[in-house]
Amino acid sequence: MSDMNIDINAKNGNPAANELGAEQMADVKDYFELLKPSVMRLVVFTALVGLVVAPGYIHPFTAFISILCIAIGAGSAGCLNMWYEHKIDALMSRTANRPIPSGRIKPDQALTFGILLMVGSVTMLGMLVNWFAAGFLAFTIFYYMVIYTMWLKPRTPLNIVIGGASGAFPPMIGYACVTGSITIESLVLFLIIFMWTPAHFWALNLYIKRDYEKANIPMMPSVKGEPATRRQILAYTYITAICGLLPALLGFAGLLYASAALVLGFGFIYFAHQVHRHNSGDAATKAAKNMFAFSLLYLMLLFTLLLAEHSFDILVSFNLLNLIGL
Amino acid sequence: MAKSHKHFELDAVTLTDEQKKIIRRRNVAIALILAGLATIFFIATFVQLGANVASRSL
Repeated sequence: MSDMNIDINAKNGNPAANELGAEQMADVKDYFELLKPSVMRLVVFTALVGLVVAPGYIHPFTAFISILCIAIGAGSAGCLNMWYEHKIDALMSRTANRPIPSGRIKPDQALTFGILLMVGSVTMLGMLVNWFAAGFLAFTIFYYMVIYTMWLKPRTPLNIVIGGASGAFPPMIGYACVTGSITIESLVLFLIIFMWTPAHFWALNLYIKRDYEKANIPMMPSVKGEPATRRQILAYTYITAICGLLPALLGFAGLLYASAALVLGFGFIYFAHQVHRHNSGDAATKAAKNMFAFSLLYLMLLFTLLLAEHSFDILVSFNLLNLIGL
Repeated sequence: MAKSHKHFELDAVTLTDEQKKIIRRRNVAIALILAGLATIFFIATFVQLGANVASRSL
């Protein structure tokens, strides 16, 4: 029998020791960045609107859990997307500094993190809210990862049209958390975002086209040309403006929403026409940037108004307005 | 029994202060997430079962 005395010497001046030590270490904020917080914010907001618009009662704590699970589910989809696309991300200046291409997080770590969040969020939503909503969340993550990221995105310029559905599902999931079903109202919320997505993204593509070309992603301006993209933006904007009126026409939004949808719809169409008219130079870039910015404002305001109107209804139904003297 | 002593000299990693802080932040984040999950499931049990929590058959 022999005893082995192992001396572990950490030497500051030793190059071999410092080689490992110098390796970049992932901080909490890097893991948070993997969740694509900007996308997550939009998902949380639209899911909240779906949840508030839905008829029926949900306990406030269950509502909180629902939104939390949807947010984590969206985060897992973002994380898995970053894992799958880290080589493409390294080619585009907009995404080269993300945690994986910059080397702060290893691809395997991101994959494990994403799967853990996906399984956790779906299971928690099923156990604490309902299994229909949980199944819907799982389907949305699958749709985003497999149908959009892996299948459509590298193959067709219509990627954002079909794949955009994954971004339009959250209000339906929020709605399903309350009702456990899909109804015409939740389909209308889906339709507004679904029709809005192509015009929004193609406006962005018009002024950051080179990035996508470098990564060989077939976006509409690169494949079909800019004039065709401008025509498509115009068509989708008209459809979105009409869809934006549907909540009022179907009776689940009030007069305030109807007026705003009309005015904002005209504004959206005006900016789409500007994009259509200016097809070269700085004016074209400016028109595309304005269109992109207004599209965000359009969706935010419409959903905020829906949220406000239905929150008011909830306050009335609970007699809370009496309590605060209104 | 004769004892033979073998001395190994291994190079280990020396963490910088910043790396130690990162590890600490990660540990704190994991602890907070676990505590949050435990709290959520605790409250959710009461929300879902209500008064039945107290009157269950043992």
